[in-house]
Amino acid sequence: MVTLNDYLIVSGLLFAIGFAGVLLRRNLVAIFMALELMLNAANLSLIGFSRFNLQNGLPDYNAQILVFFIVTVAAAEVAVGLAIIVALYRARQTMHVEDLNSLKF
Amino acid sequence: MAPPLFWTFSAIMLFFGLMVIVCRNLVTSALSLVVCFFALAALYVSLDAFFIGVIQILVYAGAVMVLFLSIIMLLDLKAEQRRRLNLPAFFGGIIVIALFVKVLFDVSYGFQDGSASFPAIQRGQQPDVWYIGLTLFQQYKLQLQIIATLIVVASIGVVVLSKRELK
Repeated sequence: MVTLNDYLIVSGLLFAIGFAGVLLRRNLVAIFMALELMLNAANLSLIGFSRFNLQNGLPDYNAQILVFFIVTVAAAEVAVGLAIIVALYRARQTMHVEDLNSLKF
Repeated sequence: MAPPLFWTFSAIMLFFGLMVIVCRNLVTSALSLVVCFFALAALYVSLDAFFIGVIQILVYAGAVMVLFLSIIMLLDLKAEQRRRLNLPAFFGGIIVIALFVKVLFDVSYGFQDGSASFPAIQRGQQPDVWYIGLTLFQQYKLQLQIIATLIVVASIGVVVLSKRELK
């Protein structure tokens, strides 16, 4: 029998993996992908709560709308983030966060 | 969903999630992320969120990952060369993550309500998109417009960013 806690633990572990990626990787694109993992982990726990907290015998659709908005904003965020990364790469020819240590150039 | 399926898809998702952060080659990371998102979509479907599962595959595994791959190939990023590891930072990161996982398990097992199984949906196989559409267009009209504006602003911003020369 699969319980809500199982989903929450799986989602938390996915979040921990994404968190580890952000903390330990030093390539900008890899950090960005780990960020996507963290967003998706939050979505999974939202959907789990939505299914668990039935409203009139149906899942709570407010949570699913929130997930829909998160996915939309994440898509926009990826577009803007990758544009910034491309601009940075053209200016500096590097992707390594330790080489990008000045705020202004 | 049957427990074996749940554990299979969770294991696939966590394994390929781990591959994303372990692999040095960025193309391998990006393709692992695609597999991870497919398994995540399967978990959404197991929670009766069919629409969100489809959105996950179309938007994330489709559009976002194509964007990632095209950027990786456009910039011709090679596998990260090995550098001297910053050991204090590395172990600091490991400790923070270990503490996070400990807190996660403590909270989850202290959460008694969560150890009940999922209640059954009472109206049979519901048309999930129908209810999402009703909620979206009745309760969240304004928020939808704001999101639409945000996307317009983001796409204009991307054009501006990629046309301007950073000195």
